Amino acid sequence: MFRNQYDTDVTTWSPAGRLFQVEYAMEAVKQGSAAIGLRSKTHVVLASVNKSNSDLSSHQRKIFKIDDHIGVAIAGLTADGRVLSRYLRSECINHSFTYEAPLPVGRLVVQLADKAQVCTQRSWKRPYGVGLLVAGLDESGAHLYYNCPSGNYFEYQAFAIGSRSQAAKTYLERKFENFPAASREDLIKDALFAIKETLQGEKLTSSICTVAVLGVGEPFCILDQKTIHEYIEALELKEEEAGDQGATMQEDPSSEAAPMEI
Amino acid sequence: MANPKQHANWSPYDNNGGTCVAIAGTDYCVIAADTRMSTGYNILTRDYSKICKLADKCVLASSGFQADVKALQKVLSARHLIYQHQHNKQMSCPGMGQLLSNTLYYKRFFPYYAFNVLGGLDAEGKGCVFTYDAVGSYERVGYSTQGSGSSLIMPVLDNQLKSPSPLLLPAKDAVTPLSEAEAVDLVKDVFASAAERDIYTGDRVEIVIVNAAGIRREYVELRKD
Amino acid sequence: MTSVQGLVASPDADSQRTLYPYVTGTSVVGVKYKDGILLAADTGASYGSTLRYKSVERIKAIGKHSLLGASGEISDFQEILRYLDELIIYDDMWDDGNSLGPKEVHNYLNRVMYNRRNKFNPLWNSLVLGGVKNGEKYLGTVNMIGVHYEDNHVATGFGNHLARPILRDEWKEDMSFEDAVKLLEKCMLVLLYRDRSAINKMQIAKITDEGTTFYPAYSLKTFWGFSSFANPTKGAEGSW
Repeated sequence: MFRNQYDTDVTTWSPAGRLFQVEYAMEAVKQGSAAIGLRSKTHVVLASVNKSNSDLSSHQRKIFKIDDHIGVAIAGLTADGRVLSRYLRSECINHSFTYEAPLPVGRLVVQLADKAQVCTQRSWKRPYGVGLLVAGLDESGAHLYYNCPSGNYFEYQAFAIGSRSQAAKTYLERKFENFPAASREDLIKDALFAIKETLQGEKLTSSICTVAVLGVGEPFCILDQKTIHEYIEALELKEEEAGDQGATMQEDPSSEAAPMEI
Repeated sequence: MANPKQHANWSPYDNNGGTCVAIAGTDYCVIAADTRMSTGYNILTRDYSKICKLADKCVLASSGFQADVKALQKVLSARHLIYQHQHNKQMSCPGMGQLLSNTLYYKRFFPYYAFNVLGGLDAEGKGCVFTYDAVGSYERVGYSTQGSGSSLIMPVLDNQLKSPSPLLLPAKDAVTPLSEAEAVDLVKDVFASAAERDIYTGDRVEIVIVNAAGIRREYVELRKD
Repeated sequence: MTSVQGLVASPDADSQRTLYPYVTGTSVVGVKYKDGILLAADTGASYGSTLRYKSVERIKAIGKHSLLGASGEISDFQEILRYLDELIIYDDMWDDGNSLGPKEVHNYLNRVMYNRRNKFNPLWNSLVLGGVKNGEKYLGTVNMIGVHYEDNHVATGFGNHLARPILRDEWKEDMSFEDAVKLLEKCMLVLLYRDRSAINKMQIAKITDEGTTFYPAYSLKTFWGFSSFANPTKGAEGSW
């Protein structure tokens, strides 16, 4: 059951200088269904795969609006994601109340990371088991951040988290140079392509994915199913034209990056 | 100190004046307020909006103490944001009416010195107006006015709009029979009249019209003396 | 508990509150002009009706984009400056390219002033906040109980009675710097003549997109030879 004798407690170091409980929390992110994000200079798009546990149940929401200028997509423990979303929302509301101006995204992300970090240093706490892709717009432009349970955060041009996210990452890495100048529509299409990569051959339908957009002059908004359906149909038409050259990427099992560096 | 020292004293309240009017029709609501802000015999500014859009179909007009009014507007806006996050929809106008009442009563023993009329459309798309006192008692009516010029305006509205008695059974609709354009004209007239006699009303009237199409704004200049 | 007679001034002796102001500054006047905002205030501070201090700076820069002018209790103004200093330092420490503009600072001050009045412990000031950020001009004011507004020209205290009527007559959109200074000097001169706590040493501060400029304090040229100054009751006999 146990990997070793140093992993029963978040505050206990292994002799190799690792915190296993924190690493396990990072694993929780990989168990969750995928979420991706990508940005241009003016827009950010978030997308997620929503799988329901049973045919009889509905799926859980994985993309949350935080404020008009910020939204998040989560992977991992959805319950933890909701708690953190509530925290982010209240921070935004408090900031607006005092300054009548939106909270800069980068600062919110640091506050969130600090909150996650505390849980890695208290014996009576457990790290959050959720990764958040934070999309936001402020006076310095559009941003995409990834916050992980360890308390680390990174800014990205495009990123993917959750199960089989490596396939999406590979797709995004292939395309990211076009993103800064991309239009809103192109970003959405690339988001759907990246999501498709994580499905490993399963058909992409509007019922198993959620897409949200945020941009200059456009408050954060989760697209409705009909709109997504239209985008997907447009993609399929395009794919048929292009023939069958877009072979699905295989996940690369050898890339075992040290968790703290993800 | 034998005799109490003579010094400047302060009050936590001020009256910054202003008049608000709201009229509900079958499928519209008109909410209006002047844009003058005063203290005593001073005019502080001629262009301060007393009208706050709380939701797509819910507009609040308030007069009284500006700092309290602003605090109240901010509390309601923040509460409405939380509501939208939790329910994925906007609050209804009657819902906002109850929230405003609760918010005012919460400060019953150090009240917001704010006199409010809330106007908008209800769930059926009918015009609705809620009128309040400073500590939160309220009722739904067909039309109302609050603030420094209300005593000049209310009798005119009573005369022109003749709402059915609230004692009638079965209850009669309180909305006015006027068309939207007629209601807007009436609002312009009552403000021009109030500005003649009330020194705290003037400069400009801001008129907000809520109907199925959305929200529209109009401005009319008033006396500036 | 033994109360020390003499040191204890009032029934509220043990409360730490400004019950009345001690050292006060008089009016501040502010206007928008073509490139930004100009603020003017004299450098006097009165102890009751004594003109006690003669070179107190009542206009200060707040961060990169704002100017703050204060009338009222000087010690409370200094406390406000400490709050703002903390606020700006915290903001700068992020070092992320975001910075608080005049609108944000004004809103923060509105909350501070209003919260203190809610605790019955007001900061005894009327403040004028002017600034420019990204080419956007901002001019607003807030008083000790939290009443606040923005306008093209603002004034505190006596300035509301004496300066604003002049400003309403003569202020124009996009005035040149020279015209705006002349207008402010006209206001300050009227205040000097008619406000007993005004002194003839005033300061003008400017803020534009390029930053803040503080001009050295100077005096206005006065003329006291008007016949109505020499004999104020002449022509009004029987009515005074």
